[in-house]
Amino acid sequence: MTEQTPLRKSSLISDQEAENITRVEELAYEIKVQEVMTPNPITMTASMKMQEVLEQFRVARISGAPIVEEGQLIGIISIEDLIRCLIKSDLEAEIQKYMTRNPFTVKGDDPVVEALKMFVSTKVGRLPVVNKEGLLIGILTKGDITRGLLKALQQDYQTEEVRRYRASHLFEDIESERTSLILRYNIKAGDFTHGGEASSKIKRALSRMGASPQIARRCGIATYEAEMNLIIHTTEGGVIRVEIEPHQISIDVYDSGPGIKDVELAMKPGYSTASEKVRELGFGAGMGLVNISRCVDIMKLESVWGKGTRLRMKIFLKKEDTVGEGHAAKSLEEKR
Amino acid sequence: MNLEQIIQSLDLKLLTEQKPFHEIQPTTGYAADLLSCVMTGASRGGLWVTLQAHSNIVAVAALLELSAIIITEGAQPDEATIQKANDEGVTLLSSQQDTYRVVGRLWELGIR
Ligand SMILES: Nc1ncnc2c1ncn2[C@@H]1O[C@H](COP(=O)(O)OP(=O)(O)O)[C@@H](O)[C@H]1O
Ligand SMILES: [Mg+2]
Repeated sequence: MTEQTPLRKSSLISDQEAENITRVEELAYEIKVQEVMTPNPITMTASMKMQEVLEQFRVARISGAPIVEEGQLIGIISIEDLIRCLIKSDLEAEIQKYMTRNPFTVKGDDPVVEALKMFVSTKVGRLPVVNKEGLLIGILTKGDITRGLLKALQQDYQTEEVRRYRASHLFEDIESERTSLILRYNIKAGDFTHGGEASSKIKRALSRMGASPQIARRCGIATYEAEMNLIIHTTEGGVIRVEIEPHQISIDVYDSGPGIKDVELAMKPGYSTASEKVRELGFGAGMGLVNISRCVDIMKLESVWGKGTRLRMKIFLKKEDTVGEGHAAKSLEEKR
Repeated sequence: MNLEQIIQSLDLKLLTEQKPFHEIQPTTGYAADLLSCVMTGASRGGLWVTLQAHSNIVAVAALLELSAIIITEGAQPDEATIQKANDEGVTLLSSQQDTYRVVGRLWELGIR
């Protein structure tokens, strides 16, 4: 995967790029594992010889295979296992001597993002895919995910080059962030037509990751108010960045102006500088920041007049509300 | 009381796509034209009565998962708003009556 993609080392991301990453991340929630996996993979049985593994890997050009017994997955054999065996010149041994038992698995109807997180946390190269009954239905590599996402992006984008670049970035992002997932949206000033779209997407992503309806609603309301403030009150628009971690959701909303003269006053219920025209649309009740403070656990509003505004919010997740990585970890525990 | 009965009793005009309204049971409602108030006040699955007819009401209803918006005094949302509502699965209903009267009728019907 890496050879075909120019790896970016810079951590600075332009707004245009950020928008594209967001689309790939969204797809990672929308697409299911079974849509991108390789179905009916070559399988082996525990009593076969390692010699046969060597031959199969060579002929089929694969680097790993699930070990099954009556359709049930019992292990996995990889090229690394084969190398260990080769070092000892032990090709006559049975697979069961070298295979990894009870391997990590993903479910066919899990969203791709779950598999991505599993790849990051377990560092394995391939994941067997099982159905609800635990029967093997396919195998998944990171390459499968990239190809699947690229295929889905084909409707969105024109050139092959750009598509590759964008999909590759997702992996970099997810691998570097490890336990968290970041959603980023650029909001244009005065763009009432798309008002509320970013917050809807954030809410939907949270629900898909298994957040409780209450948490999704609180997060939806807080981001909606912040999003509308960017649309109504800023000169250049701004950015909403949401980081989802197992224990908390951090929302960061920032813009480059005009800033707020008196932050304390802005926080007062009913205070608004919205124009008459905007008020006619039902905005400018001066309740947005108050609403936000009710929905989040921590809220920090900082502003420099003439420079910009930064609003940071956190929602803490109790054990039962855990989302994302925690969600995956839970299903891992069940398997062990 | 399901949404189909409410539509009939209040003689509401359906602006968006048909749905199995008899399966939708709005338990409560909220009336306001200020979006921030709706954001805090309206309950999931409830009805929202408003004079606003612009596209932003759709985002609010979608986010709060409201059962329908009743737009009062015959205010007419534009085509793009109706399209957006259909895309988001939000039901838009229209009444010629004002908000006061619509809410009064809903209250009589037991939506409290
Ligand atoms: N990002 C921002 N940039 C500049 N001013 C802001 C920003 N966010 C909020 N404000 C100021 O704070 C006031 C109160 O905000 P809010 O409580 O959301 O009420 P409303 O948006 O209805 O006016 C706004 O009227 C505006 O003057
Ligand atoms: Mg506001």
